[in-house]
Amino acid sequence: MPLRNISGEAIDPYQRVAGGDIAGRSHVLVPLAELDAVRAVGGNRLIGIEVANTTKPGTVLPVPDHVALIAIVFPSFSDGRGFSLAKCLRNAGFTGILRAVGPLIADQFGYALACGFDEVDIPAELAARQPVEIWLAAAQAYRLTYQASHQTGAPGILDRRRMARAGACL
Amino acid sequence: MYRYDEFDEAFVRDRVAAFRAQVERRLSGSLTEDEFKPLRLKNGVYLQLHAYMLRIAVPYGTLASRQLRQLALIGERYDRGYGHFTTRQNLQFNWPKLRDIPDILELLADVEMHCIQTSGNCIRNVTADPFAGVAADEIEDPRPVAELIRQWSSAHPEFDYLPRKFKIAVTGANHDRAAIAAHDIGLQIVRNDIGAVGYRLLVGGGLGRTPMIGRELRAFLPKNALLTYLTALMRVYNLEGRRDNKYKARVKILVHEIGIAEFRDRVEAEFAGLDRAAHDADPAELARIAAYFAPPAYEKLPATSPAFESAQRANPIFAAWVEANVFAHRQPGYAAVTISLKGIGDAPGDATSAQMRAVADLADAHSFGEIRVTHAQNLVLPNVKQADLFALWRKLGEAGLAEGNVGLITDIICCPGLDYCSLATARSIPIAQSIARRFAAPERQREIGPVSIKISGCINACGHHHVGHIGILGLEKRGEESYQITLGGDASKNAAIGEIIGPGIPADAVPDAVERLVAVYLAERQAGEDFIAAVRRLGLAPFRAAFAQEARHAAP
Repeated sequence: MPLRNISGEAIDPYQRVAGGDIAGRSHVLVPLAELDAVRAVGGNRLIGIEVANTTKPGTVLPVPDHVALIAIVFPSFSDGRGFSLAKCLRNAGFTGILRAVGPLIADQFGYALACGFDEVDIPAELAARQPVEIWLAAAQAYRLTYQASHQTGAPGILDRRRMARAGACL
Repeated sequence: MYRYDEFDEAFVRDRVAAFRAQVERRLSGSLTEDEFKPLRLKNGVYLQLHAYMLRIAVPYGTLASRQLRQLALIGERYDRGYGHFTTRQNLQFNWPKLRDIPDILELLADVEMHCIQTSGNCIRNVTADPFAGVAADEIEDPRPVAELIRQWSSAHPEFDYLPRKFKIAVTGANHDRAAIAAHDIGLQIVRNDIGAVGYRLLVGGGLGRTPMIGRELRAFLPKNALLTYLTALMRVYNLEGRRDNKYKARVKILVHEIGIAEFRDRVEAEFAGLDRAAHDADPAELARIAAYFAPPAYEKLPATSPAFESAQRANPIFAAWVEANVFAHRQPGYAAVTISLKGIGDAPGDATSAQMRAVADLADAHSFGEIRVTHAQNLVLPNVKQADLFALWRKLGEAGLAEGNVGLITDIICCPGLDYCSLATARSIPIAQSIARRFAAPERQREIGPVSIKISGCINACGHHHVGHIGILGLEKRGEESYQITLGGDASKNAAIGEIIGPGIPADAVPDAVERLVAVYLAERQAGEDFIAAVRRLGLAPFRAAFAQEARHAAP
């Protein structure tokens, strides 16, 4: 499925595997339940795990060192649990790649980035209707938002006012 | 009143541009109808029975005269010359065209208004006590914190796709005039044992098909912890709230299913794990906002006005209007005036563009240019000199706005019902009109005293019938409208859900049924006892018995 990030279209180095068929692969994406089996094989590959948006943060945390990517599945664009799960993982200090998987719409791209996602993996049908330019424009629909964005690093309006006050006091 | 700074201004303008682009993408097919729906809802655009409806936010019910004039203009240019004030202090236009809506949003932005999050599964427009800043029983004005929450919740990246809508109401007073117990979160500004000001939080209130009164989540939350605590609460709800059934998706169901203690534990655990420094608002920010709500430049006046006193003695109709519509002000010599939008035979909460302009002019002349919208669907001029009241009343009369029925039996709260709404199962406006006509005589209304009748045209309860002293719910039974009557509801500090007192009755029997309930009260009341107090003392039995006679009488 098409992968998009803040720079536009991206190549997905991760290969989705199931049942432990990981020989010769440098990047594998496996269901959370298969993580232990993949680790047991050993080797130097990068591992991504895919989790449901109903996953309790405690079952993923602390994230093992060799997990480089966590993919959170959005069953529908209107189910916002993945946004909170992403925030929980970022708050807990996860610094790897966070990927949103599912039919998110362009207008949610800014939210996804703000909550800590790096990239979205969307269905081809949706990607065709909403080309990457629309996604990039939607991510910049607001010059400023009240909330800070985790990914872009842009401070929120409340933070900007705080900084302005601090500057005025110096 | 709050004024936008450059950031607020840019945000609202960008929001308009974003919606304009979304409408274009919908028309081009880039967005499907399913994808577009939550986007339009979060900009206040509903698809109703006959047309689109646009719901405009009036944050915490405070309006400036120039804003009300702009609403009048929009009503004339894009609607049919009137608007409808809702039970959540918003204004609805019922006939705009989708292609005009981005232009309407632009006109709203010109006067620092918007439709952001007036619908959809997100944190909705924050409501507050309509007498904020002028009530004598107030600890602090609730509007600064309501404005802080408005900003914090606007396009919140984590909480814009919640399981269901989420409503917050704030009061700064001891008497609850914001129905906080009927909201997903009710915030009450309180003082603790050592005199510090903070918030008491209720959670899980709400009406709809499963009415519940909010439970206390925190007896006292320090002021500066609010945004962190709200983040924790919203995160628990976003992750744990049910999404399998939209009728069980409100936070009240989660609180009910896991219990308030467990819900509290989860919120407190999340709260404890959050970085307060990254989430709390800067106290200087709240102070910045609060400065906009500083009291206006009141004149030093004696506590009473001889001219006002003599005008009341000379004119009993004016005196009756004063008794019902004038609210005591904390500033000596001033009063807060409720302008009834419940003219006998009118649609409750409707105001024409001409009336909006008249109110805006009166606000400029007599109330420092400020107007409030109440959840009872009336307007308030919060800062009127007592000495001006008689002149004000005369001018209100010229605009058809001098009905002296605030809090009385014809001050009916009512949803748009089947005349407008695609969810409705029965009409509600004609029911309100027929009851108001029945009880129109002013002396009779005064004799009956305070009674709140609330009417909803379907089980979603936009008319708050569950918390009406007399609640009326319009349903459809075998192709006919049928009205279910409840008794004993209360939206005030003593919040209670009314109980059904008998079988449904047809529309034309409703005024007679109300009449019978009122007759029981008049026969049984003790000196000084108002309707709801008598219902509590007597219990429902005598009312049920009287109602049963009507139900038999009305049976086909």
